[in-house]
Amino acid sequence: MSDAMIELILSSTLDTLYMVGISGLISALAGIPLGVLLYVTRPRQFLALPILNHLLGVITNIGRSIPFIILMVAIIPFTRMIVGSSIGLNAAVVPLTIAAIPFVARLVEGALNEISPGLIEAAQSMGATPWQIIMKVLLPEARGGIITGLTITVVTLVSYSAMAGAVGGGGLGDLGIRYGYNRFEPTIMLITVAILVVMVQGFQSLGDYLVRRSDHK
Amino acid sequence: MADRIMIALDNVSKIYGSGQHAITALKDVNLHVPQGDIHGVIGLSGAGKSTLIRCVNLLERPTTGHVSVDDQELTALDRATLNRARHGIGMIFQHFNLLTSRTVFDNVALPLELMRMDKNTIRERVQPLLDLTGLADKADSYPAELSGGQKQRVAIARALASRPKVLLCDEATSALDPQTTSSILGLLEDINRRLGLTILLITHEMEVVKSICHRVSLISDGELVEEAEVGDFFTSPRTHLARRFINDFLEIEPPQSLLDHLQNDPTPGSHPVLRLAYSGDEISTPLISRLARACDIDISILEAKVESIRHRTLGLMIAELVGPPEKTREALAYLEDHDLTVEVLGHVRRHD
Repeated sequence: MSDAMIELILSSTLDTLYMVGISGLISALAGIPLGVLLYVTRPRQFLALPILNHLLGVITNIGRSIPFIILMVAIIPFTRMIVGSSIGLNAAVVPLTIAAIPFVARLVEGALNEISPGLIEAAQSMGATPWQIIMKVLLPEARGGIITGLTITVVTLVSYSAMAGAVGGGGLGDLGIRYGYNRFEPTIMLITVAILVVMVQGFQSLGDYLVRRSDHK
Repeated sequence: MADRIMIALDNVSKIYGSGQHAITALKDVNLHVPQGDIHGVIGLSGAGKSTLIRCVNLLERPTTGHVSVDDQELTALDRATLNRARHGIGMIFQHFNLLTSRTVFDNVALPLELMRMDKNTIRERVQPLLDLTGLADKADSYPAELSGGQKQRVAIARALASRPKVLLCDEATSALDPQTTSSILGLLEDINRRLGLTILLITHEMEVVKSICHRVSLISDGELVEEAEVGDFFTSPRTHLARRFINDFLEIEPPQSLLDHLQNDPTPGSHPVLRLAYSGDEISTPLISRLARACDIDISILEAKVESIRHRTLGLMIAELVGPPEKTREALAYLEDHDLTVEVLGHVRRHD
């Protein structure tokens, strides 16, 4: 294999990591608060706001029901507005992030569901403010579940990034399609897939490790 | 000082839902607990105990009525002031409600963090509490590594961290085995005595009321139907429900071998079998031996239970009076004269 080819594989790997990293980070930063909001504004919760809760729920569901490939195309004007272009790595990050936010939010909400309501009640009996309940009780208690959710999200983003790459984003998916499929180079295809498998394994192992470390149940 | 009211519930009602589906959980509850008292509220499940205790720190907001703790009317406070007032009210729960992600030390520190104390003050406060509750060597353990009794001790230490004047106990021993229960109750009594803490507890166990409460209220269908000093409650209950609780608590049944031979009517050569209940002072007089001497009969005690409840004594006994019929009749009259509750269970013939 030529040096140029090796370099191409390497840079494609970095491109994938870049897309997954940035979209993973932003979707976590937006998705975790959204998930918390979905949980604490439920009826009978300590910040019950049923109308807002319903609204957020509907928006989240819409976000999750649009197939990624359609979302990617549909939000092109928005993507162009944010990053100034509809092709390239940064342009791929926008739909990836938009797709991942509601995904993260629902997983975080699910992790919060696992917390015994008694803990919230105990915190309230100690005079905790809603913000303190979120920061000192909900998030630390759900940490393991949230990390599990983020791991699932990152793994999903790896495969979505391959799709995003196919429409001019770059990364391993793009490489696999262009060289492996279109030019029929099975070695490239195989290497691409192998790197993706290793990457997913790595993210999963890292996630599992972090969950184990934060789990005292 | 002694009679200063620490917890006051005035005309408190709680109604869930509205219209046709309204459920009344509490009906016009009035409860006043003086400073330093241990007050128990006992009732069957679903009677409203939980709602009642949650109304004290407004985890449940009463539909009508007023709640005051330490002369501060909680029902009149805004959110922020209420949160501050709650620092003066500790609470422990049936299922402990410890944070699994925090160590024992950090669990106890939580209320102090919520009060925004600095790390040094927190350490100074937490350590003595761990000593008090016997958890000094568990400071770095996580709740999952502890037994139920130890978890409740952590919860007690946590509830005391903010130096409250009132401690609310929500079925605090219901998830514990009898031995652990008595050690937790011992700790609560110790805290009450040493810190002068006012304790309000709810329970369905007479044992809890018997061992640590000074006064007790009986709750039924959301209403407080009886309130008394604990000794009075056990020895002279006023309501049917109270009698049922006490009977279930003290009930002794004659042995099956005796029941098999028991007949309703006396026959020649049979002896009456009695259930005696006595309370208060009678126990201090040597009643049984006096009875034997006065009526010239023998008394065979088949089963007996004596409970000492806050300087009072309460006893139940199943006994057979052995003697000629006229003598045993005399003995029955003697017992009734001495204010004992006497019930003739039947008659039995001796086989010897």
